[in-house]
Amino acid sequence: MIRSARLAALVLLASLGLSACSSSGGGDGSAGGTVTVFAAASLKESFTELGERFEEDHPGTEVTFNFNGSDSLAAGIVGGAPADVFAAASSSTMARVTDEKLTAGDPVTFARNRLAVATAPGNPHGIDSLDDLAAPGLKVVLCDGTVPCGAAARKALAAAGVEVRPVSYEQDVKSALTKVRLDEADAAVVYRTDVRAAGDTVDGVDFPEAAQAVNDYPIARLENAPNAPAADAFVAFVTSPEGQKVLGKAGFLAP
Amino acid sequence: MTSTAQDTRRKARRPRAPGRGVPPALLAPALIGLAFLLVPLLALVVRAPWRDLPEQLTSPAVWDALRLSLVCATTATALSLVVGVPLAWLLARTDFPGRSLVRALVTLPLVLPPVVGGVALLLALGRNGIVGRWLDEWFGVTLPFTTAGVVLAETFVALPFLVISVEGTLRAADPRFEEAAATLGASRFTAFRRVTLPLIAPGVAAGAVLAWARALGEFGATITFAGNFPGRTQTMPLAVYLALQNDPAAAIALSLVLLAVSVAVLAGLRDRWTRAV
Amino acid sequence: MTRHPPSQGLDARLVVEHGSFRLDVALSAAPGDVVALLGPNGAGKTTALRALAGLAPLTDGHLRLDGADLARTPPESRPVGVVFQDYLLFPHLTALDNVAFGPRCRGAGRSEARARAAAWLERMGLAEHVGAKPKRLSGGQAQRVALARALATDPRLLLLDEPLAALDARTRLEVRAQLRRHLADFEAVAVLVTHDPLDAMVLADRLVVVERGRVVQEGAPADIARHPRTDYIAQLVGLNLYRGRADGHTVRLDAGPKVSTTEDLSGPAFVAFPPGAVTLYRDRPTGSSARNLWRCEVAGLESHGDQIRVELTGELPLAADLTAVAVAELGLHPGAPVWAAVKATQTHAYPA
Repeated sequence: MIRSARLAALVLLASLGLSACSSSGGGDGSAGGTVTVFAAASLKESFTELGERFEEDHPGTEVTFNFNGSDSLAAGIVGGAPADVFAAASSSTMARVTDEKLTAGDPVTFARNRLAVATAPGNPHGIDSLDDLAAPGLKVVLCDGTVPCGAAARKALAAAGVEVRPVSYEQDVKSALTKVRLDEADAAVVYRTDVRAAGDTVDGVDFPEAAQAVNDYPIARLENAPNAPAADAFVAFVTSPEGQKVLGKAGFLAP
Repeated sequence: MTSTAQDTRRKARRPRAPGRGVPPALLAPALIGLAFLLVPLLALVVRAPWRDLPEQLTSPAVWDALRLSLVCATTATALSLVVGVPLAWLLARTDFPGRSLVRALVTLPLVLPPVVGGVALLLALGRNGIVGRWLDEWFGVTLPFTTAGVVLAETFVALPFLVISVEGTLRAADPRFEEAAATLGASRFTAFRRVTLPLIAPGVAAGAVLAWARALGEFGATITFAGNFPGRTQTMPLAVYLALQNDPAAAIALSLVLLAVSVAVLAGLRDRWTRAV
Repeated sequence: MTRHPPSQGLDARLVVEHGSFRLDVALSAAPGDVVALLGPNGAGKTTALRALAGLAPLTDGHLRLDGADLARTPPESRPVGVVFQDYLLFPHLTALDNVAFGPRCRGAGRSEARARAAAWLERMGLAEHVGAKPKRLSGGQAQRVALARALATDPRLLLLDEPLAALDARTRLEVRAQLRRHLADFEAVAVLVTHDPLDAMVLADRLVVVERGRVVQEGAPADIARHPRTDYIAQLVGLNLYRGRADGHTVRLDAGPKVSTTEDLSGPAFVAFPPGAVTLYRDRPTGSSARNLWRCEVAGLESHGDQIRVELTGELPLAADLTAVAVAELGLHPGAPVWAAVKATQTHAYPA
């Protein structure tokens, strides 16, 4: 029973990952219209909810999302993809867009995320700290150093002085989490928000060193936004108290 | 085989009959198709960071990934040959209920997004998979996050290419040669080994080349099933993808290496084996 | 001619059904016999051969060879050698390895198999071609390699499917003579399938004529040539053939007219006469001694050796062979009315 539920979740996951590529149609620039938001994969749950609320508050405006790894999104924007808003999972990825002078004004940090260790439900290996990840025989997955969650995990592990020998450096945070949900890995260092979004399929373990590697989430309207007014309104909504409440519920820290 | 190749070459050199040029209705789309395939590759070459290239290529990580790619793709091809040629024979030469369904199932990995293939492999052969749990329990073998896992993921996506290619060759080959062998006392297996297999060798080679190329470029199923760890499961496509995240120049350099190696191998094999078909 | 020792040679009734086609032929032959299955295309000859080889399963009937029941034996376990119509020599093997293939599969070691193959090829006069791949052999050479390959397993039944069909006319003459010698030397049963009456008559001791899946006539070649019992055989051996009812020296044909003959018969009978026995007249002959005279019309003209064959319709459809001079003098052309006469002494009647 559990297995079939997991299978369904995974197939859904895979298909969502695929459809993300095709949902990048640009807005038409008319009043209201469509606002296209490129957002980091870790924002998926909270931004989807924010989008729905925004549409309720702004009848006639439609929000479409392109959720993907921040770096892929940044590469897309630099390459000329038609987007109105960019919300990244790290300042360094946002910097790739600001370096090209593609944002309208300076980006604003709207949320912060900290790391947590995801384990199987009930934490069968009794992981309490980063130290426990170094236990021999334990299968740990980390994000690859080229993506923000990997960079953050490295920083945190360095701060703890722990040397972990992972079995894999995953391409993004969701795949790292998937390995734990499928019980292929015993633990993964992911974001707290991902643990929360995964519900009771994983347990989360907080650790103090996470404070050394908190990710800033910057958001900005893009210089060439096809629908600038709606884009500004969306950015304002995300940073508004209502927006912050949704993000906080998902496990994000206030900026 | 050599004489056939020579024949082909001789034929190719024969002067064309006057007034028998290529019709524009065929030439134009053909050239568009060719350009469509080549321009992106050309762009890779043109935009390659040639100045940094020597530095990129001297990195041991690149060579680790390349070596792993070649080893895994070749092993996956060998594995595909061992199980794929008999499977193709079964589909081409025997009649059993539901054969067309089986053929459709065999080709399914072709249409399945590789990532889904990787998830399916995890559910089957993972530590907790329906087969994998017994492998773990009885033999202590776990496949995810291992080089063997990479080989399996690549075999999963490459095998259909081989089966389809070999089955086509088998269908085109005259089954009466097997009958002739039978009247000489050969069992079906002997007939297959000593008569059919040599006859379809060029088709098998072509299928193997196709499967090898597919395995070499495999990304989705590999990273999903086997993960990504340098020197163990990080093949070239994975290295390229991850480099693309924050260092596109490095990614292009890696892609060029993969391209160059593939072109060298494919050109060499095609000339040697598949020309004689 | 046909001997039936209980335990030696071939004793078969082959029933094979596929779709609406049904083959049902009985075949028997003693060791040393060469039997030809003769028949038009689609008659079921090749199906019969495949059934003997085990390549087509029997729907019914039986198959015994030297007393052993082979009906359910798979082809690789039957002591049967086959020469296929287009030989099916394995293109990737040399002539030697093609011939050694059978002995190898039947358990001989590599060098022993090769030695036996070399001996067979030498016997076939192919000693110089042992190392040649099939595509470098001429048609006649390939045919001999195929024969050597089939014989190298010491079969108790040799099957030849249209053994000369793939050859051009000149090679055919030579290979036919060689094949006749080799078949004469062969001590077990040989069955060959052909649609060429000449091949059948030269190579076989006995003909079995098959039409539409049935045996319509069998016997010694000379006997069949003299007494054809179907239009197909009559045409093959070049006779006009009619069926009727005899009453003394007259046979009333099913087709209508009467034919006078020298034989004295009664009851159902065949009447046959060669096309060369027919004389044609533009006008009704008055002083002719022929009592068999029919009013006909020219349906077609065709060269036939150094003669011209005239196909006639009318009172009695028949074929007549004339010289070119005669055709010119009579001014024959399709549609021309003619009188056809045959002397009674030139006809041949026999019981049906």
